[in-house]
Amino acid sequence: MAANPMTQFEVYRIGPEIKIGAFDISFTNASLFMVISSFAILIIFNLGSKKNSILPNKIQLLSELSYSFVSKMISDTAGSKAKPYFAFIFSLFMFVLFCNMFGMIPYTFTVTSHIIVTFVLAAFIFIGVTIIGFIKHGFGYLKLFVPSGVPIVLLPLIVVIEIISYLSRPISLSVRLFANMMAGHTMMKVFGGFVISLGIVGGWLPLSFSVALTGLEILVAFLQAYVFAILTCIYLNDALNLHH
Amino acid sequence: MIKKIFFQFAFFNFFFIKEVFAAESGGMPQLNPEFWISQIFWLTLTFGILYVILSKLILPKISANLELRKSQIQENIEAAEKQRESSESKLREYDEIIKKSQLEAKNIFKDAREKVLKDINSKKEILDKQIDEEITNAEKEIETLKKGAAEKINKIAIDTSSDLVKKLIGAEVNNSSISAIVDDLSKRNGNKYYGS
Repeated sequence: MAANPMTQFEVYRIGPEIKIGAFDISFTNASLFMVISSFAILIIFNLGSKKNSILPNKIQLLSELSYSFVSKMISDTAGSKAKPYFAFIFSLFMFVLFCNMFGMIPYTFTVTSHIIVTFVLAAFIFIGVTIIGFIKHGFGYLKLFVPSGVPIVLLPLIVVIEIISYLSRPISLSVRLFANMMAGHTMMKVFGGFVISLGIVGGWLPLSFSVALTGLEILVAFLQAYVFAILTCIYLNDALNLHH
Repeated sequence: MIKKIFFQFAFFNFFFIKEVFAAESGGMPQLNPEFWISQIFWLTLTFGILYVILSKLILPKISANLELRKSQIQENIEAAEKQRESSESKLREYDEIIKKSQLEAKNIFKDAREKVLKDINSKKEILDKQIDEEITNAEKEIETLKKGAAEKINKIAIDTSSDLVKKLIGAEVNNSSISAIVDDLSKRNGNKYYGS
């Protein structure tokens, strides 16, 4: 039973069944970890911004470093026009990062390993970026699909490719995060299962793999949050500074 | 032998695990739509609350903190720069003062030396003059004494000779005639006795 690497992704109800109309919105373990991640973020950053000293203490330094990290990331990729969206990208990055990191603790649930969660985030970003693009440039935003300097003959083909690539953005964005988290956790579970089944004699090799994988997965957890945020910035950059 | 057994064991274990997986895996739980609505609902709720609190309460504070620190550090750097400049100018002033006072001391020393030399010279001159005067006075005195001495000798000669004449011949002899003789004699021999 414990050897099945997919059982860790199962969602189950915590507490009573809540229904609004036909929709089941019961509090589940996924909801629990969303709440825990959000609370952790709020607590850390609230403590980090509570008092301002010239020499920051550890938690203040942490929050200020992450602030300037995200701020630099946005200004590097999307320019100064993206400043109003800083809070959203900061929350997004922190939320994904904390969900990924909480998933690294044994017996926890990884919120971002569910396609529906990442897809909702990606779809929201996609729709939001498209709306921003149309508000900023009107129908001129459609020029995004017509790259400059392309021969007329190739243009219909290029436009089709561009449209497909644009429409596949939410899918690629969500699947990237979801697949990375799921694959990593499955792999760790599989190696953990090997450790148990090979026992004291043969379990050391998969155990060492498992240890190495844990380090790798922590890196991936950070990296995927970073990639998610930076791709959002790049999409936002396309919408804000149209230069095709 | 032990190695072989170990590898066989490992190999069969893999088989065993695979069978277990095959028996139990019922697809990905992610694709089970039972709790999709619930997840979407809770994601929207938690992320929405997170976004609102971060953007309205926490991030402005952090930004203000950073801004404040930046400006304060800038201010401190500027103040330090100012102080450094002022201290440098003070140092330069100090150097100048030292140089000036050195020059002044040199001048004072030079002046004092010249003054002392002048003083010494003038005093020397005065002393020389005094000495000269004294010498000339002494010479004059000697001269007068020299001159007076001849007359006195003559007088003494006249007196003694008149006395002698009186005692010898018991008669008064005219002084003038004696003096005339003495004068005559002294004129003849004076050079022998007085040299001038």
